Amino acid sequence: MLEVRDLKKSFGDLPVLRGVSLQMRKGDVTAIIGPSGGGKTTLLRCINFLEKADSGTLTFGGRSYDLGAIGKRDIAAIRMKTGFVFQSFNLFSNKTAVQNITEGLIIARKMPRDQANAIAMRALDQVGLRDRADHYPSQLSGGQQQRVAIARAVATSPEIIYFDEPTSALDPELIGEVLSVMRDLASSGMTMLVVTHEMRFAREVSSRVIFMENGSIVEQGESGPFFAAPREARTQAFLRTISAEK
Amino acid sequence: MTERVWKILVESFPKILLPGLRMTLPLTAIAFVLAMIIAIVVALIQFARVKGLSQLCRFYIWVIRGTPLLVQLFVVFYGLKAGMHMSPFWAAVLVFAVNEGAYCAETMRGALEGVPAGQIEAGYCVGMSYTQIMRRIVLPQALRTAFPSLSNGLISMVKDTSLTANITVAEMFMATQRINARYYEPLALYLEAAVIYLLFSTALSWLQRWGEKRLQSLGGREARHA
Ligand SMILES: Nc1ncnc2c1ncn2[C@@H]1O[C@H](COP(=O)(O)OP(=O)(O)OP(=O)(O)O)[C@@H](O)[C@H]1O
Ligand SMILES: [Mg+2]
Repeated sequence: MLEVRDLKKSFGDLPVLRGVSLQMRKGDVTAIIGPSGGGKTTLLRCINFLEKADSGTLTFGGRSYDLGAIGKRDIAAIRMKTGFVFQSFNLFSNKTAVQNITEGLIIARKMPRDQANAIAMRALDQVGLRDRADHYPSQLSGGQQQRVAIARAVATSPEIIYFDEPTSALDPELIGEVLSVMRDLASSGMTMLVVTHEMRFAREVSSRVIFMENGSIVEQGESGPFFAAPREARTQAFLRTISAEK
Repeated sequence: MTERVWKILVESFPKILLPGLRMTLPLTAIAFVLAMIIAIVVALIQFARVKGLSQLCRFYIWVIRGTPLLVQLFVVFYGLKAGMHMSPFWAAVLVFAVNEGAYCAETMRGALEGVPAGQIEAGYCVGMSYTQIMRRIVLPQALRTAFPSLSNGLISMVKDTSLTANITVAEMFMATQRINARYYEPLALYLEAAVIYLLFSTALSWLQRWGEKRLQSLGGREARHA
């Protein structure tokens, strides 16, 4: 349902993505792992056009787009069918939890207010925050903010949701509640592409894993075999340092 | 204080206050509304880095902030009057709007840039357009941040309207000067004018505090950490 081919991106002279290709089927939960500065965030940002790629092809919804020359209209159309969850939540601080969710429905999708509110309340229910609907972001904990952000992405019924280290900005005791929401989402069949440092999530929830380093995909595969027997020496080294940190 | 001075003060009070209500306040109100429109437009142009127009806005702000208000009043009223058929009042409105607009534009630009860029990206990601994001997310937050500075600008403007006496606007200060020409009690009369200006700015300060409270209850606390 989604395919990226030969995605390249440089910041000035610094090549950050050196030809990245990946494929996702409907219902896949793919974890992207790898050392800091490897280009994971940039990859997600390029796929959702928050950053302009230099070249590459995106196939999505049965159509192919040239990532280096895609137009505004196509970008807008693709964004209507994708969701994005940021490391730093990025909730609208002048809107309540429920308004954060309805904004994309009422304003961007011209949905009637009642219908949008019903969808938003259901999404808040899904992340266990129905009782916080009228709270502003500043009145919510980090974990609650991130759950609202996930609800905001889910409510637009996207075909895929991108997550960029959704738990990295959280205090350790708040990570669990966000991961459990993501686990539920995964088992509900949502297609998810998740940059993460949480190896347990990658191991237990994701169906596939991609290891990225220095702007290239070093190794990818089904998560069972990937963790049990990584093929590449660099993957093995990375997994060793990660488990040593714990 | 002598009985004569008291009598003069009591008699002149309405004669100073009335031009205040008829000239100073409308002048301030109209000019400030126009200034806000200019400020928002100029700030948005710079925020969006519109080529050409952005530079024009910088130039406008540079000129206006770099020259005295009184000189601007003279340039427009005495310099451009011939070609423009403007009453002193409307010349003053024009100058004050353009002048205050430049200062408020800088305040607004700072406030716009203070809204976390991540919220704009989040707006795109839920499918909103740039215009929708500006209108619904960025501008409301920026206005809230800018509100105290903008209020200060408004209060300064009330006082600065006294300068328009120099271009024959019949406002409070000119009224005071006229009364003083008759009775020659400068200390008492100008102090009386000062008190009336003080009344006006105090009322505006109250309004500001009330506005700030309302804004706060409308949006939770200012979410600087989000
Ligand atoms: N806007 C930018 N301008 C210049 N360089 C950038 C920019 N964004 C990222 N980079 C550089 O691109 C490289 C990849 O960054 P990226 O954030 O994609 O890595 P990452 O894999 O997400 O790392 P982390 O695990 O720390 O989040 C880094 O060297 C970074 O310094
Ligand atoms: Mg990153």
